Amino acid sequence: MNAGLRVLRAGPGVTLQDAGRWGYLRYGVTPAGPMDALAHEAANLAAGGAAGAVALEISVGGLDVVAEGAEIGVAIVSSGFRIALDGTALSGDCIATIAAGHTMSIRAGAVGAWAYLAPFGRIDAQAELGSLSMHVRSGMGGGGIRAGDLIALAELRPGPSAPQKLAQFGAAREIPIRFVAGPQDDYFDAANVARFLEGPWRISARSDRMAYALEGPRIAHAKGFNIVSDGVAFGAIQIPGDGLPLVQMADRAPTGGYPKIGTVIAADLGRFAQMRPGASLRFVEATVEQAVSAWRAARAQMIGALATPHAGATPSSESLLTQNLVGGVVSARE
Amino acid sequence: MRSQAEYRVLDAGERALVVEFGSTVDPQINGKALALDAALSEARVPGVRETLPTYRSLMIHYDPLVVSRAELVARVAAIEAAHVAAPEPKARWLLPCCYDPAIAEDIGQIAEMTTLAIDRVVALHAGAAYRVYMYGFAPGYCYLGGLPDELAVSRRAAVRAPTPQNAVLIGGGLSLVATISMPTGWYVIGRTPERMYAARRSPPFLVDVGDELRFDPVDRATFETLDARALAGEDIARREALR
Repeated sequence: MNAGLRVLRAGPGVTLQDAGRWGYLRYGVTPAGPMDALAHEAANLAAGGAAGAVALEISVGGLDVVAEGAEIGVAIVSSGFRIALDGTALSGDCIATIAAGHTMSIRAGAVGAWAYLAPFGRIDAQAELGSLSMHVRSGMGGGGIRAGDLIALAELRPGPSAPQKLAQFGAAREIPIRFVAGPQDDYFDAANVARFLEGPWRISARSDRMAYALEGPRIAHAKGFNIVSDGVAFGAIQIPGDGLPLVQMADRAPTGGYPKIGTVIAADLGRFAQMRPGASLRFVEATVEQAVSAWRAARAQMIGALATPHAGATPSSESLLTQNLVGGVVSARE
Repeated sequence: MRSQAEYRVLDAGERALVVEFGSTVDPQINGKALALDAALSEARVPGVRETLPTYRSLMIHYDPLVVSRAELVARVAAIEAAHVAAPEPKARWLLPCCYDPAIAEDIGQIAEMTTLAIDRVVALHAGAAYRVYMYGFAPGYCYLGGLPDELAVSRRAAVRAPTPQNAVLIGGGLSLVATISMPTGWYVIGRTPERMYAARRSPPFLVDVGDELRFDPVDRATFETLDARALAGEDIARREALR
């Protein structure tokens, strides 16, 4: 019998995600990848895997799985989800072993939009264009996880003998979301930039892995809202014709034709992604240099938190750093 | 040395740069983006994750923990100062296209909007030579320039229902060959039996940016035959190598 996690119940929006389907942007292929890259990476590292390995991304719809064919170690990094192993509550950030035939339940808590589950082993699935990331809209990599699916596992490593809580990382939720201005900030006059900064913005219910829609003051364009399509980065804050921002997320189209007033910085993108419809926020401008320092600091903080001593299979900070440095670089078009 | 006004460097966050050569759909501007793309790819700059040419710009995705913005900007400046020529088109493609209103659902509406007969719409669309400017929006969605002015209708005010697969569309003065079924603001003017993306094919994407493309009108019966052959794994479009 093949070892794996049998899905008993999956809400909509549960997918497999690795570091993303990079290398095919020029062919219109969405990179996908995790909504909260640091949390995804943390789950993989806590399970002793590579930073960009494929893991389960769990939406607020939740997921119940049963270990089949073997006992299965898992690392879970969530932002306040409720985790239960055979009905016993565990921390939202933990490593644990699910005995064969036993059930783990992952449900949304009061806060947080995306949880990550990485197995102590390799998820064995069919890659498309070099990646296991699922882009549900195009069907690339598969259409999502459903009840009855078996998430097959190979190369299992032993999980912890008892559940252990992982140290938390990340900034406080209340601070503003930082962005770098551009590439089309010159499509907005000073009054409208001020209105954008003033906000406040509320995450709309029309938000998903493709884009988070924001509700708040309407931003007017100084030079119209149709531009000849150009590239769209993760976190790009597009202002379409109706003046309400659409922040482009993991499942964005790689190109688009609306002006982008700014781009959410990498260090704040995960925190932004973890906000649910109804949550409110403000934006504050950062320079490229500030954004790079913040990103470096955020990763160091995550790795430092995971290296907090506790028994079990978590690797040392030195090996985490090594994986981290290797995992971050992909050469162009290979 | 040329003036700095030849291009603009814009930030798309701290992990992507946009090198912008213009703001219009123009083969010369697109050629500059493709030339920089080719030169940068050849230079194999560590930390450059992936480049994305569009109509008018090149987006450079990079890892700022490996290569700094300043270093990348200097690399771009050095390439631009060397006046790298735009790559020549690699191939000319002839793509079968069925314009039968039974499967080209919006062609009647285009005929009304342009006050042209459907036959004339077909003759104009199939008579033009197109440049492949870019892919975008969804896997294998191939954006073409060279649509005759008579067919330059605006995009729809509201998005239409999802297109059939492998639709040929027009909108905003451009033409587009689609792959998967998606909602769109463009008009379905025909359908091709060819798959612009097929996982089985190597490379999986049929045409390259910069290539030339024309449409070959086929009737409904021919379309169905060719579509069945494409479904069975055959390449249907005809390719003529140019270099």
